[in-house]
Amino acid sequence: MSVGTLPEVKRGLVGAAFQSKSFALGFAVTAVFILAALLSLIWTPYDATALAVSDKLKAPSGLHWFGTDHFGRDIFSMIMVGARTSIAVAFVAVGIGIAAGVPLGLWAAAKQGSLVDEIIMRANDLVFAFPALLIAILITAVFGPSAINAIIAIGIFNIPVFARLARGAALTLWTREYIFAARVAGKGAVRISAEHILPNIMNLLIVQGTIQFSLGILADAALSYVGLGAQPPTPSWGRMLADAQTMISLAPHMALFPGAAIVLTVLGLNLMGDGLRDLFDPKLRRSRS
Amino acid sequence: MAPYLLKRLISLVLSLLAASVVIFLVLQVVPGDPASYMLGMNAQPETVEALRQQMGLNEPLVWRYLTWVVGLAHGDFGVSYTYKVPTGELIAQRLWVSLPLALYALLLSTVLALPIGIISAAKRNSAADYGIMGVTQLGIAVPNFWFAMLLVLLFSITLRWFSAGGFPGWNAGFFVALKALTLPAVALALPQASILARVMRSSLLDTLSEDYIRTARAKGLTRGQTLVRHAVRNALIPVLTIIGLQFSFLLAGAIIIENVFYLPGLGRLVFQGITQRDLIVVQSVVMLLVFAVIIITFLVDMAYALVDPRLRSRA
Repeated sequence: MSVGTLPEVKRGLVGAAFQSKSFALGFAVTAVFILAALLSLIWTPYDATALAVSDKLKAPSGLHWFGTDHFGRDIFSMIMVGARTSIAVAFVAVGIGIAAGVPLGLWAAAKQGSLVDEIIMRANDLVFAFPALLIAILITAVFGPSAINAIIAIGIFNIPVFARLARGAALTLWTREYIFAARVAGKGAVRISAEHILPNIMNLLIVQGTIQFSLGILADAALSYVGLGAQPPTPSWGRMLADAQTMISLAPHMALFPGAAIVLTVLGLNLMGDGLRDLFDPKLRRSRS
Repeated sequence: MAPYLLKRLISLVLSLLAASVVIFLVLQVVPGDPASYMLGMNAQPETVEALRQQMGLNEPLVWRYLTWVVGLAHGDFGVSYTYKVPTGELIAQRLWVSLPLALYALLLSTVLALPIGIISAAKRNSAADYGIMGVTQLGIAVPNFWFAMLLVLLFSITLRWFSAGGFPGWNAGFFVALKALTLPAVALALPQASILARVMRSSLLDTLSEDYIRTARAKGLTRGQTLVRHAVRNALIPVLTIIGLQFSFLLAGAIIIENVFYLPGLGRLVFQGITQRDLIVVQSVVMLLVFAVIIITFLVDMAYALVDPRLRSRA
């Protein structure tokens, strides 16, 4: 548990992580999509936004690996750029959830039973009653649709998730002897939370972060599908599926590939999360749902 | 039970009020004036002013909130800016599509997930268990609206068993209407069923490791009898909670699935409301769904307390 031995423990963890089949598989799949997203910054087979109507609705071939859409855009290129949008939205949304939720949760735990605790937890419950979709609908009604609004909506949805997790985990730690020792040594609640509690709940946060990341990808896909996410011409997986819907009998490949991209990314992240959870806490293995 | 119930009822009312304040305030920041929006670009300023007066937009914020909430309590959601009819009527009409769809999906999900979860737990580490865990892992990763499109591709376009979309209305006959909702309900139910099957499995595994299960076996019950009489019944408690919570997800998810199948439900209403800046409609639909989530959570808590007396004293 001591902070001094943490780096060695970590090196061991990375090795152990790859021993886990689900982690290794999930990591590989996720890495492919992250690399595709990064690569799209410098190279895609075709310009993902270039219209070439003469090439429209082409089936997959050597020229266009995943075929073309109703405007003749290359679907493989669009999926690469779409990976960037989805991953960015979900990643920043997890960041918002952690940055706002974890301090709130730690604060509530440090002041357990106080008015602050009560207010934070009740506010959490309130936000929890708003599914990400409804937050997005509200924000979009006010500011109009954009990828930023999708990030904010999913981010807000993530805050109570991390706040509850951090509070719950911190509460059990506050009863530990080493925390008591730190208090006797004169450390305040803020220092204890930052120096002793936070490092010890990091594992939980990483696992939850992976799960929220995958939920974020799904939520972003749904939001951009109904037109509340990234706006054209920016390619996004959900938007591509919305376009594919009207063409589904003519060009089913337009629907198959973006959907498969979403499924694989989410699956990869979930497998990674499962692997990490098993690794950090074998006792939890069975209760994963 | 009475003090617990009272405490929960007060917190229920407070949550509902807080949610209504949040929704109301968010929609007050909207740039632009609904009155001038309704009348179009060429409206005379006097006409706009008259309409603002009529819509009560010149009243103070608190007053407008109170009017709105009191109206809500009477079932008066206000008049839709674009349809010019009471929003309550619009919602009631659409609810007849969205609500049955969500219930249908909930039923499918439960009927599918519980046996699967039970088999998976009872035959832990068997080929069937691994297969089920793999399939449900996939089911969780599939976006329901994409799954819906695949269903359309297979059952409507290729096999021609179901129509690809639209809703004939309940007047066309119960089974005709139900058939139109079947593909959407299946699409909605799949990811939820995957989650539920996993919850059922892990809950049953937890129960199976309890001492009273060993006792039941020791007194001579067979594995099957123990499973049915003791394990499953106790394992169902957390599962029921999840089923309750899933209903709100299904109601929100219905909004998206309706788009795939061109169903005239709440989803279509709310997205049209966004494009047409019909904020009363958006506000009312969001309010209704959030209220549904809060009330369902409350009911689940109550049901939980009925089954498990320990929770009453803790809260």
